[in-house]
Amino acid sequence: MYDIAIIGAGIAGSYIARELTRYKLDIVLLDGENDVGNQITMANSAIVHAGFDAPASKLKGKFNAPGNIMYEKVCEDLDVPFKRCGSLVVAHNEYEMATIQELYQNGLKNGVPGLQILFKDEVHAMEPNLNEDICGALYAPTAGIVSPFELCIHAAENAVDNGVTLKMNHMVSDIKNHHGYFEIITNAGNVEAKYVINAAGLFADNIYAMVGEPYFKLLARKGHYFIFDKEAGSLVNSVIFPCPSKKGKGILVAPTVHGNLLIGPDAEPVSYKGDIATTGERLDYIKENALKNCPDLPFNKIIRSYAGLRNTPVRDTYTTTDGDFIIEESPVRGFINVAGYESPGLTSIPAVAHHVVENIVKPMIPHLEENPDYNPKVRKHLRFDEMTEEEKVEIIKEDPKYGKVICRCETITEGEIIDVIHRSAGARSVKAVKKRTRAGMGRCQGGFCSPRVVEILARELNVPLDDVMYDQQDSAYILSGHTKSVKEEA
Amino acid sequence: MIYDVVILGGGPAGLAAAVEAKNGGAENVLILERDRELGGILNQCIHNGFGLHTFNEELTGPEYAERYIQKVKDLNIPYMLDTMVLDMHDNGDLKAIHVINEENGYMIIEAKAVILTMGCRERTSGAIGIPGYRPSGVFTAGTAQRFINMEGFMPGKEVVILGSGDIGLIMARRMTLEGAHVQAVCELMPYSNGLVRNIVQCLDDYDIPLKLSHTITFIHGKDRLEGVTVAKVDEKLKVIPGTEEYIPCDTLLLSVGLIPENEITRNAGVVMDNRTNGAIVGELRQTSMPGVFACGNVVHVHDLVDFVSEEAVLAGKGAAKFIKGELDNEITFTTTNGDGIGYVVPQQVAMKNVEDKVTFYMRVRQVFKDKVVNAYIGDQLIATKKEKKLLPAEMVNFKIAKDILAQYPAGEIRFVVEEAK
Repeated sequence: MYDIAIIGAGIAGSYIARELTRYKLDIVLLDGENDVGNQITMANSAIVHAGFDAPASKLKGKFNAPGNIMYEKVCEDLDVPFKRCGSLVVAHNEYEMATIQELYQNGLKNGVPGLQILFKDEVHAMEPNLNEDICGALYAPTAGIVSPFELCIHAAENAVDNGVTLKMNHMVSDIKNHHGYFEIITNAGNVEAKYVINAAGLFADNIYAMVGEPYFKLLARKGHYFIFDKEAGSLVNSVIFPCPSKKGKGILVAPTVHGNLLIGPDAEPVSYKGDIATTGERLDYIKENALKNCPDLPFNKIIRSYAGLRNTPVRDTYTTTDGDFIIEESPVRGFINVAGYESPGLTSIPAVAHHVVENIVKPMIPHLEENPDYNPKVRKHLRFDEMTEEEKVEIIKEDPKYGKVICRCETITEGEIIDVIHRSAGARSVKAVKKRTRAGMGRCQGGFCSPRVVEILARELNVPLDDVMYDQQDSAYILSGHTKSVKEEA
Repeated sequence: MIYDVVILGGGPAGLAAAVEAKNGGAENVLILERDRELGGILNQCIHNGFGLHTFNEELTGPEYAERYIQKVKDLNIPYMLDTMVLDMHDNGDLKAIHVINEENGYMIIEAKAVILTMGCRERTSGAIGIPGYRPSGVFTAGTAQRFINMEGFMPGKEVVILGSGDIGLIMARRMTLEGAHVQAVCELMPYSNGLVRNIVQCLDDYDIPLKLSHTITFIHGKDRLEGVTVAKVDEKLKVIPGTEEYIPCDTLLLSVGLIPENEITRNAGVVMDNRTNGAIVGELRQTSMPGVFACGNVVHVHDLVDFVSEEAVLAGKGAAKFIKGELDNEITFTTTNGDGIGYVVPQQVAMKNVEDKVTFYMRVRQVFKDKVVNAYIGDQLIATKKEKKLLPAEMVNFKIAKDILAQYPAGEIRFVVEEAK
């Protein structure tokens, strides 16, 4: 029997698992997917928000700015790319300038450092490619950009290194409350734990309904994105938000931490929680709106479009949107909900995880001992492309596999791919390799490297080539078997 | 060691350029190849039809490559395989090429002249942004070709192909021969983007329907592809509502265009042409950076490998002349694309380097019947090229004799599609 079972290995579950390893606890992290961070964590804006927009009265307002401040340390320990590039909320008229004033005041209440209201000339000096009619902006120097899935992957890896048991492809179908412990039923065997942390993203309401009377519901809202080639990556230097309206934060234009450019998202309510299909209409909407702030967007440099989901919580009555995180011990004793975890969830997670462990778990479990072996750092993730010439010379001497480039577009070597397969919480699919190394994320989108990546996965995992999956176990196959010619030869 | 000529890429362009540079008098020539063997993409093109112009016979891709590989071996031209060029710097008289491989680690190779022959890559589903899900089972035609011909594995069984580029057509036949069922080839334009002979030999002979003015409007299937929605488009390429049709399939191949691979070229600071997505080149394929030449699909996308080899000879010649100090750099003419023409290569001509003629390669923007391509300098018509039919898929090969060009001191050569007189 485990002390704690965490359901959901997205950013919330993975990071909380890591935070819990500060203490002597037997922890299991469960997920139905074939890789950690494979749903909401995989497809979002990848922004570390400064924290000026959520009201101070909400958990979102409470955790955003403190979470933001923790990012340097977190990303250093977990070896994750992060850049504090700042953000601008731009205004096109006096009316929007008034909103910006309100955001500024709210930011002060939330303790956001360094906020400044900029005049027209200052905005255009900072960002020469913005629409000329922009007359002012709220500048937040602490906003940043991060690789959300790498943060999640390394948090999960660090959790495993510190003793957490990670069980992927364990889809939870039911939970039995034995009053004293929980029995979690999955398609790959049952798991028993004294406490449960429900961090199941979009499905956290379904999970909670297995043990208690539903008191919140999660609404899926779909957001579309475009990724541009790195050639367009320097069009803006900071995250450019439009002035927010009742509909939300609007379509942003942002550099990514890997040097691409990202635009999106819209917010379309969808009934099916797996609906991540893009639609032509919505993709056009993103383009039109992004152009309002950034008129020179080179749409011929788009390398990828996709959609992601967020989970907006609706409390109690199911009619009024409360819209805040649900982070609490639920009415079911020993069962903790971390739900409705949408923006700014990514930014808040270091602070939220600390809160969950120190203020919720710790009081629940008497005589909790610190883990003397806790190591907050992951083993260094070597990224060949980011090394200096001297480092490159050295690493190939040490391991010649770093001298073989597999992904041409992003200059990813075989050494890096082998490394991410064999790390804790390692890659088991082509998409998992892509998330960890960027092989296949460049302008050819895996055209050249995917056959090679399939080959390396098959060799390192000791499986036949056609057993290597793109993503989900069994269903997302890449190859359907040998060719006739090969079969005839055999 | 300082090399006379280093060639970045051991595909058809690189091989032919290396041979010509060596024959032209360059002593130390080196080929750098990122793949496991020489020959480039020809190695996965196991169908025949290569070499009709060059060798007057039909060869398979590997056979065509082998002819040049043999020449490279006969001339004792060294090559490095599994070797990736990271970047190239212009240090004045010498170019410094930073490369890595497993065997030798990180190397800086110096060369007096460099020939860029990196080829091209395929446009992806990401670039064209088809709405719907992002499952496995969507491949570029070339990736599928590699899986089948090089690895011996099938990418799927029920196939739809989007785009009628030559690789797509070839793969329609290849997958059929391997037992897959190809349901249709959909082409957005009202004409095919592949060679006529490929439409006949790869589609018609196997009763595979070519749906012109059709596109894919939705990709179905969360994990593995389950089907596509196909719809007809109008003259403005907009989907006609009500024409949508669901086709169940597990595989979608894309053959929607090729893009020259010029990362090294751009990073080195060579001046590019946004019409070709390749470097601006002269008659001997010299670029804006003295000592750097480019030829083949890295300059502009060819439809026949024979023309790649032809162009590579020019670059090889140019590089040999350059290291001997015989290359003239006084530009006499520039070229430009007028009505109906998408681009022209070369973009510049230095007449002192011209032997007997200049071959101008160009593509038309749309299908033309009974028209001609005229070349003008100022208002003066200097040459005419007649074709029964001008197709965007088939590169126009327009030769103008040196004698004709020599009648003009300088200027801009403009190519236009016009009525035949």
